[in-house]
Amino acid sequence: MPRVKLAALASARSGDKGDTVDISLFAPTAATYALLCREVTAARVQAHFVGLVAGPVERYEVPNVLALKFVLHQALDGGASMSLRSDSLGKCFGPMLLRLEIEVPDVP
Amino acid sequence: MTSVRIGAGQGFYGDVITAAVDMARLGGVRYMAFDALAELTLAILQKDRQRDAHLGYARDLPAAMRVLLPLCRQQGIRLITNAGGLNPPGAAAQVVQVARELRLRGLRVATVTGDDLLGRLDALRAGGADLRHAQTGAPFEAIADRLVFANAYLGARPIVDALAQGAHVVVAGRVADSALFLAPAVFELGWAWDDWDRLAGGTVMGHLLECSGQATGGNFGGWQTVPDPWRLGYPLAEVYDDGRCVISKPPGTGGLVTFDTVREQLLYEVHDPARYMAPDVVVDFTTVRLHDLGGDRVLVEGATGRRRPDHLKAVLGYHAGWMGEGRIGYCWPDALAKARRAAQILQHRFEMAGVRCEEVRVEYQGVDSLHGPLSPPPADDLAEVYLRVAVRTRTQEDAARVARELPYLGLNGPPGIGGYGGITPPRELLGLWPVLIPRGMVEPAIQVVVEEVG
Repeated sequence: MPRVKLAALASARSGDKGDTVDISLFAPTAATYALLCREVTAARVQAHFVGLVAGPVERYEVPNVLALKFVLHQALDGGASMSLRSDSLGKCFGPMLLRLEIEVPDVP
Repeated sequence: MTSVRIGAGQGFYGDVITAAVDMARLGGVRYMAFDALAELTLAILQKDRQRDAHLGYARDLPAAMRVLLPLCRQQGIRLITNAGGLNPPGAAAQVVQVARELRLRGLRVATVTGDDLLGRLDALRAGGADLRHAQTGAPFEAIADRLVFANAYLGARPIVDALAQGAHVVVAGRVADSALFLAPAVFELGWAWDDWDRLAGGTVMGHLLECSGQATGGNFGGWQTVPDPWRLGYPLAEVYDDGRCVISKPPGTGGLVTFDTVREQLLYEVHDPARYMAPDVVVDFTTVRLHDLGGDRVLVEGATGRRRPDHLKAVLGYHAGWMGEGRIGYCWPDALAKARRAAQILQHRFEMAGVRCEEVRVEYQGVDSLHGPLSPPPADDLAEVYLRVAVRTRTQEDAARVARELPYLGLNGPPGIGGYGGITPPRELLGLWPVLIPRGMVEPAIQVVVEEVG
């Protein structure tokens, strides 16, 4: 099965609250949404963000708008107003998630 | 069916005024709400308040009012804002002053207070409030001697009270962003405070409007397709009395309103989508349905709500040291290697100067400053790289000394520099400490005062 970056399949937006970053991942179709639900697990997202996120990652399904929500704890070095990072607001986490590669079934 | 049109005028402290003018002129709205307070903003306003007790509000408010008040009086638009920040009475006094200068007699300006808990924390604790960190459970003592602000997130009710008293302008402090927009819907459509599904619908509407351009093509995944982004129209909502709404934007403005722009904002900074805790209702976003009607119109329906929480969220800000930083660019050849060498030089210089750094962060802009360890390996032959060094120190003096070491690189480091940003003044770092306070301990102190311009 070919491996594809999420950027080719989906869009994402991220934001912050304190030391927590949340990412919404949006599928264009129901079929892609099912694929994302299967492939983009909380554990996989946790592994993807190693080195940036110190706490756990939770995932929520939002099928009414074909979205997955990831909540990343201890993700901003303490939070925007005390972080030394350039991406202090976590706005780049959404695009960063789109770097994740997943396996996509071959199209016949 | 009865309805009311509500528009967004601003999404953050420092936002442009041109979009609010477009909203007032072209939006056909009865109400315009301005969100000036991101979570971080009180930290900024606190620094103003430390310097001058008369400050602590969003300082762009008077200039915005000078432009908007005459226009809004002419069009019959009422304004609602949380730009009062840490000092709503001070901000309201500025609005009244501007109205006087513009001879807007009879204009009523309301002030909402009661969100500021800083002077009441001891009493709250004595009354049994739990000030442990709401997420980590860490004890309050860890920050008790470093507090700089403490504000509860109020709901829509005091704003509705102000509107009922005839206020044309409502100036509040920390109010939940969405409540600024929910309030005029409740007031105009006569919703009950236990009509959870309608309150949920109004909160979803407010959530879609509170970040201004983020619902109309700003920060949008499909950014390449956004028309005229230099004149982005901010979102407005036609809110119906059954809790549904249609999101659109002023005609003739740039940007776009589609299923995709609205769903990206719908979930923005929402954690558990089935349990979004707003002060007036717990909202379930998973029942919301979006229908793209075409022509920059999206119907939003199906929001459901449950009984409001018994606690209000409050955020305490505490002093967390100082940051010193500096930036300098290196050109080809070996741009990255030169920037790395410069970082080494600086760290030696910090040690030689005896600067006590609790953390030193080195970033290479163009390589890894935004994606950190997730960045792919850099190309071999980069045209340029900017070095950014940031340090965390206990004292302001140490942070300032860091910035003063940067000019050393001007004549004494690797060749090919440019784009030196100058000596950046040290920045105070503030930690945010969320707590949950029983509603009954906060709400009795809420006050609404209306002043009429004579």
